[in-house]
Amino acid sequence: MPKYLLRFGALGYLSLLLLVPVGFVFYRAFEHGLGPAWDAVSSQQAVHALELTLLMAAIAVPANTIFGVILALALVRSRFPGRGLVNAIVDLPLALSPVVVGLALFLLYGRGGWLGGLADHGIKILFAVPGMVLATMFVSLPFVVREVVPVLREIGTEQEQAAETLGASPFQTFWRITLPAIRWAVAYGVVLTTARAIGEFGAVSVVSGKIQGRTETLPLYVQAQFEQFDIQGAYAASVILALIAVATVVGLRVIHPREEES
Amino acid sequence: MASNAAVLERPTGAVSGRAGGALARGVAAGYLTIVVLLPLAALIWSSRADGADAFWHQATRPEAVSALKLSLGVSAVCALINAVAGTAIAWVLVRDRFAGKSAVDAVIDLPFALPTIVAGLTLLALYGPGSPFGVDVAFTRVGLLLALLFVTLPFVVRAVQPVLLELDTEMEEAAASLGAGSLAIFRRIVFPNLLPAILSGVALAFARAVGEFGAVVLISGNIPFKTEVSSVYIFGQLQSGNGSGAAAVSVVLLAISLGVLLLIGAFRRWRTKHDYA
Amino acid sequence: MGIAAVDVTKRFGSYTALDNVSVTIPEGSLTALLGPSGSGKSTLLRVIAGLEQPESGRVLIGDEDVTNRPARTRGVGMVFQHYAAFKHMTVWDNVAFGLTIRKRPKADVADRVHELLELVQLEGLAKRYPSQLSGGQRQRMALARALAVEPSVLLLDEPFGALDARVRKELRAWLRRLHDEVHVTTIIVTHDQEEAMEVAGQIVVLNGGRVEQVGSPRELYDEPANEFVMSFVGPVNRVGDTFVRPHDVEVRLEPEDGSTEAMVERVVHLGFEVRVELVRDNGQHLLVQLTQEEAEQLELERGQIVYVRPRHETVFSAG
Repeated sequence: MPKYLLRFGALGYLSLLLLVPVGFVFYRAFEHGLGPAWDAVSSQQAVHALELTLLMAAIAVPANTIFGVILALALVRSRFPGRGLVNAIVDLPLALSPVVVGLALFLLYGRGGWLGGLADHGIKILFAVPGMVLATMFVSLPFVVREVVPVLREIGTEQEQAAETLGASPFQTFWRITLPAIRWAVAYGVVLTTARAIGEFGAVSVVSGKIQGRTETLPLYVQAQFEQFDIQGAYAASVILALIAVATVVGLRVIHPREEES
Repeated sequence: MASNAAVLERPTGAVSGRAGGALARGVAAGYLTIVVLLPLAALIWSSRADGADAFWHQATRPEAVSALKLSLGVSAVCALINAVAGTAIAWVLVRDRFAGKSAVDAVIDLPFALPTIVAGLTLLALYGPGSPFGVDVAFTRVGLLLALLFVTLPFVVRAVQPVLLELDTEMEEAAASLGAGSLAIFRRIVFPNLLPAILSGVALAFARAVGEFGAVVLISGNIPFKTEVSSVYIFGQLQSGNGSGAAAVSVVLLAISLGVLLLIGAFRRWRTKHDYA
Repeated sequence: MGIAAVDVTKRFGSYTALDNVSVTIPEGSLTALLGPSGSGKSTLLRVIAGLEQPESGRVLIGDEDVTNRPARTRGVGMVFQHYAAFKHMTVWDNVAFGLTIRKRPKADVADRVHELLELVQLEGLAKRYPSQLSGGQRQRMALARALAVEPSVLLLDEPFGALDARVRKELRAWLRRLHDEVHVTTIIVTHDQEEAMEVAGQIVVLNGGRVEQVGSPRELYDEPANEFVMSFVGPVNRVGDTFVRPHDVEVRLEPEDGSTEAMVERVVHLGFEVRVELVRDNGQHLLVQLTQEEAEQLELERGQIVYVRPRHETVFSAG
């Protein structure tokens, strides 16, 4: 009997906290039919917000993937002083408030900041796309690294040593042996990174100035519409983001079992 | 999944640690510096710019302190609830069998994937004014707690699941053959082995909750001294031009985050203490 | 090509794995590096392979000093204890790997891979993945892979350690036959003295980073250089400063000149041979090996008193 109690308790908690609220947003968005919902998200402002959001991801995700793999290799395969510190820095974005991240960027690139001079040379970081990209890169940094590190550790170096004795150059070894071995971990990390990059709110909020039509991402758009009492618009945009989230979750599910296989 | 911070032990393989390795390390270090270290260094520097007194003054302003107390308090309650609920959910997902379990397992990741602002909006829709349930916790601390519970849901679950999966059932079987009942087995065999994982998940959930912004900004109403958390306070200070106020409290949050990460590292070392070499 | 390690020293931090080790491996031979764990045998192999750099000393392959050359230019083929199979590639791709990265023409690669798969008796499994093979098959694949690029030297690091006893025995005999056919200078690392004795023509016994003795299996058994080698290479009874092999102990029912009294504790019948555990009145235990015939003649039983005398003793000079 306690088994059923536990099961229904757990499922009940999940439903009330997670499933019902998310389902409710879909309901509210399409409450008045597909038409109004479609109108709400096809406004120029909304479309631009979506494009900007995807742009953020398009830059942040590849960058964090490539550097994430390099970082993972360095952490697992090399000996260097300060590995513990590097490890902590990589994990920091997971534990740090996005507003603090945004503020840090603001202080670095703003007037009087160390790199504030860039603005004087025409390179606008804050209140512009570059700053938002940097914020997105910061918060979505850890995921590929954390997924790849345990896999690298587990597969060990024997295969790579074997490849070396067979005459493979370091690049050939990496490309033909290491990379294929970690591909599912990388894929999983990429999905997480993408979700985080698209959904980022707090840090981007601080550095962007939320200028409608220019530096407003889709999550920022949701907030803006809500505050302007365009509830319909807010819900409709939320649905798009929720659909992306669901796609993410499905993607994770599909990749994860493969990960265990290899 | 993204439940444990990257494990660090002795490096495996001196082979790649040559020329190519050094270049790679340099590049990675450069990236890390530009993206993470430099901004944080600027933050810390900025908070010291006006001296220790000014820092202290800003960090101890009544509104700031109230916000910090609220952040820590609500996050702690959230973490505790997660400890119980998360473990229970992980248990059901690993040890129980029912139709649709796989889907439920997948759904756990939703808070990881959903933008925080959308999370806040959905909770507001369901449990705020105009709620079909007739419940209205907007502008209250309960609403705040609800938002934090949403975003921190996966942490304990995903921390406990792999440990539970790996848990050698032979230990439990041995205990049973020695005469232990279910409750005793849980208390003496299962729980001690799960504790480090639970604590890691709780720590991460706590850190996440303390810094949460997007999910709480709509539902809590951000009433100073009542429902305003530190992250919102920082944002407000920045908007009203008090950069040093924002920086001071930010440094406090940064210190808390670092402290939690160190704690999680310690938990991991504890967890692997009894593992076979 | 022959191999020589000259005055090789290798340290890991404060731990010395190899202490001024010099070893010569004749061309075309099958040599075993034998020793307990921590003796430095694997380290020596890896130094020869180029996977570890020694603190001092030289490695020569043929007449060339390869000490400063990376592993991939040394022309060594290596086989690892846990196979190091490329899990995401088929057996075919695994074996072809060395040739593929050298950009050999496809037809040549195909011919060579076929040849090797036949040699190691894995034809028909070419399209399988390592996870679908048994341990013994994986190791044969690893050997084929190493041989594909025609290495001048074949290095095997405890190749049969992860396999179960029966497969191990089969592969030992198989390796011996393979070596007879292929004639590549081969070094095999093992901690199993039976394996070394069975497979190798020359054995290098290592202990604590130093070479204890080098010789043929017969030489090591009959003329061990010191106590360590003697007791490592086979069971031995130590009586004071003398060492006696179990099969060199004469057992009689009546006392004789120079014999000692002992009581039978246990008689173990191992088919062709009989092992008898004896204990002397000073508490010392002795192990005796008899043929079935000898044992039957004596009609040994638990608790029986017998008289033992060494047929042949070995004493090592001090130092």
